[in-house]
Amino acid sequence: MVAIPSRHKSLVLLAGVILTQVLLLAVQIRRDSQGRLIRVWTVGAVTPFERAGASGIGGIRGAWNHYFALQNTSRENERLRRENDTLKLQLNQLQSRAAEADRLAALLNFRQAHQNVPMLGARVIGTSADTQSQTVYLDRGEREGIRRNMGVITPDGVVGKVIESYSNTSQVLLLTDKDSGVGAMLAESRIQSPVGGVGEPLLSMKYVPNDDEVNLGEHVVTSGMDRIFPRDLPVGTVSQIKAGNPFKQIRIRPAANLERLEEVIVLLSLQPLELKKDAGTPAAEAVGKSAPGQAKTEKP
Amino acid sequence: MNEAYNTYDLRVGESHIEVHKFRGGAIAAATIVALFLQTSVPVYFPKFAVLDLPLLLTIYFGLSRRNPSTGLLLGWAIGFLQDSLSGPTVPLGLYGIAKTIVGYLASSIGARLDTEHPIARFALTVVFFGLHQFIVGVIRRMLLAQPETWFTMRMLIGAGVNAIVGVFLFMLLDRLRKN
Repeated sequence: MVAIPSRHKSLVLLAGVILTQVLLLAVQIRRDSQGRLIRVWTVGAVTPFERAGASGIGGIRGAWNHYFALQNTSRENERLRRENDTLKLQLNQLQSRAAEADRLAALLNFRQAHQNVPMLGARVIGTSADTQSQTVYLDRGEREGIRRNMGVITPDGVVGKVIESYSNTSQVLLLTDKDSGVGAMLAESRIQSPVGGVGEPLLSMKYVPNDDEVNLGEHVVTSGMDRIFPRDLPVGTVSQIKAGNPFKQIRIRPAANLERLEEVIVLLSLQPLELKKDAGTPAAEAVGKSAPGQAKTEKP
Repeated sequence: MNEAYNTYDLRVGESHIEVHKFRGGAIAAATIVALFLQTSVPVYFPKFAVLDLPLLLTIYFGLSRRNPSTGLLLGWAIGFLQDSLSGPTVPLGLYGIAKTIVGYLASSIGARLDTEHPIARFALTVVFFGLHQFIVGVIRRMLLAQPETWFTMRMLIGAGVNAIVGVFLFMLLDRLRKN
């Protein structure tokens, strides 16, 4: 055996640890891997804390908003502020009820349009530890029927899809992630093109030819061609348009508030969701158009 | 290693650099808390995601322990856990490699310099944050064939924010040291 000088032992250890991890990376890149045991263990160990933290933070936030934040004010200011708060609260409640009614109406319409699609409400309990990837953890998992590649929405619009499902939790790849994508089309012109994330708050619609007319503020909806989301779910609105070669550079503002997700709906179906049967509608005709590409598939 | 001693002196030339030890379970507990905060708080405060608490822990414990082998293994463990919690879009080893190198360099520098002063800690955190982003960028480009931007304003802001938070966090973590 060749003895390693003690001052070089840490360098040898460093090289060994890095080499091992590079090999590990190489193995992962070569394989289309399923969920790994280390992930299952780690997620299983951390998510109970996240669950507790979610309720704990909610309690702390409630206590702070309802007690501590009202300290250090004079009585008169306190009375006026309370009166103001009461009025604001009433206004917020009315706005909230109106918004809730809109959301419920949207949800009801969606459920009526797709009665054969089972759905499940879930709460967001955590985000990715990687600051660059856009994923969130839900408090529902395989036990509730959630599987990989199921669509996730809010009443406002598309959120993303399930990329991992554990026994009690699941992980969702948000539309804003660089590896995410959804089959979409412009609501008015019915021009089809996949919409994907670029790692920023806005999405990108890449395959719309320069000759096609697109207007700012135009709504973008799902095309249903990705076989994950039903047709005509809101994806977002066009917020930027630039000429490109050969396609326009279109940025989409997501319909769902992906930066502040708290509750979502999981579409509990792995079957291709059926499109509406009224084949004579412009949407159905638009589906028949050839699209430059389908929804991107994320890297495992 | 004699556990009876809480700290001991590492003599480099004429300077005496203290090697710190921590209360039992302190490193593991701090790591779990950091990972928990890293994954939970951004749900409620999205801007919190600019912080990289696992990196700050790697730097702090590397600078304090001042043993390159311990530093790199600790960096590997923290990075590996972070990879595991980052989901299938981040392969196991991405942050593991970056934090292994940061842990090794932090403990190597800690063994040669006195890094207890807040200004030194601020500067080192900025440097290590940049190095960490650079290593992650290299791995993403070279091994994963993913397009990666070398420099963004977000990284610059991230370096500053992490360094400022690091100074105060390190003072907090100093309390975990054995007296």
